[in-house]
Amino acid sequence: MKRSTPTLNLVRLLLAATGALALTFSAAGQAQTALDDIMKNKEIKIGIPTDFPPYGFVGADLAPKGLDVDMANYIAGKLGVKIELVVVTSANRIPYLQTKKADLVISTLGKNPEREKVIDFTAAYSPFFQAVFGPKNIVVKGPADLVGKSVGVTRGAIEDMELTKIAPSGVDIKRFEDNNVTVSAFVSGQTTLLATGASVAGNMMARNPNLSAEYKFVLKDSPNFIGVAKGEDKLRLKVNEIIAVAKAAGDLDKMAQKWLGRPAGDLPN
Amino acid sequence: MKIELDFLSVLAQWPLLAKGVAWTLALTAFSAVLGGLVGVACAWARAYGAKPLAYAVASYVELIRNTPFIVQLFFIFFGLPAAGVKLTPEIASIIAMVMNLGAYATEIVRAGLDATPRGQMDAAKAIGLNRLQMFRLVVLPPALAKVWPAMVSQIIIVMLGSAVCGQISTEELSYAANLIQSRNFRAFESFIIAGAIYLLLAVGVRKLLTWVGPRFFFGSFGAQR
Repeated sequence: MKRSTPTLNLVRLLLAATGALALTFSAAGQAQTALDDIMKNKEIKIGIPTDFPPYGFVGADLAPKGLDVDMANYIAGKLGVKIELVVVTSANRIPYLQTKKADLVISTLGKNPEREKVIDFTAAYSPFFQAVFGPKNIVVKGPADLVGKSVGVTRGAIEDMELTKIAPSGVDIKRFEDNNVTVSAFVSGQTTLLATGASVAGNMMARNPNLSAEYKFVLKDSPNFIGVAKGEDKLRLKVNEIIAVAKAAGDLDKMAQKWLGRPAGDLPN
Repeated sequence: MKIELDFLSVLAQWPLLAKGVAWTLALTAFSAVLGGLVGVACAWARAYGAKPLAYAVASYVELIRNTPFIVQLFFIFFGLPAAGVKLTPEIASIIAMVMNLGAYATEIVRAGLDATPRGQMDAAKAIGLNRLQMFRLVVLPPALAKVWPAMVSQIIIVMLGSAVCGQISTEELSYAANLIQSRNFRAFESFIIAGAIYLLLAVGVRKLLTWVGPRFFFGSFGAQR
């Protein structure tokens, strides 16, 4: 047998360290102390995006803005604690929860079975949707109003599938290669309407206020949930309480109206 | 690795493919006819036109030949609306292809014009032909005959280049292949079939043009070679 080399030793050390870390995390997961710690320290760490308008982006004053940021402040306010915003990305938002770098993640998180294995979800707090957008002076209330108009969409995207399903004959669906080209076609006036996700549309409308584009009707809903570390039931139930109150008081609708141009509607618990 | 090919699920979409073939051929036909005319006119301007005209044509040729086709296409489709010119994807595609082929055809035809012997033009002058007659009857036909194979190749290149027009939602053959594979995820089969159709189209168009040239454009000059 070969003698162990320095490299091999290093690998063993790393493996041992990883194992120890994993143990630490799983132990922490059982503790259910997050809410107590937050109340004791009078501070909550909430992960928010800054690369996903209108949910989370950096404003002209370099401060984070958006629906997710408003929601984070809202929850901290209801808990009566200070807030520390932690910037997360799509790729690291779940690890941030697992490693306690954030108590909550409010970052357009969709619920799916794979994610439910590693983190827990609160009730939904905001809608995410694919929809049809268009200028204010054109009346479009539903699929039937699309007849005779051109609608730009990104080929193969969810909104393409949904639009193709519901569009009556006589709708001029123009399919483009990617979101940038689809948006360019709408912005340059080559298509009358635009079918795309809320974030892409929000970005487009923020950059082109002169188009006075607005939300027309929804193609598909896939609401956002707040992520909580696995097993932190006390914190999760407390946040659910806050969401339920906000929903009843119409605050969720107000936030969605402000950032997305439509009310939150009927969100799942 | 074992790949299961399912060509039937792509071929079942044959109406889309047929529409794509029709658009590809239509784009090619328009650009070949109009682009050819642009090429002959510009070649004349470069060879015999007034200096400013010759320079203007030279700029056009260099501009087109030294920029990518997709940039030209995007400029026409996304750029021109800012100047108030809104074109349908199909018209934008045809204009881009005509401009593109026109520039290359200019240089191809000019090479043929340059190859016309001086004596032939002196002879034409001697029998009292005016400049237009001289160009049309004496210079152009043998010039076209000489460069016809290069011209046909350029038309095929432009036809294959029309695949890019799907990017602005012109529903040509590549657009159809892309749409089909985005629906049934049979990318491999879609593009194999599209590739095979392009191959057949290219061979067919080349045969047609080789047949058409001597019969309609330069008569017996083709036979002299």
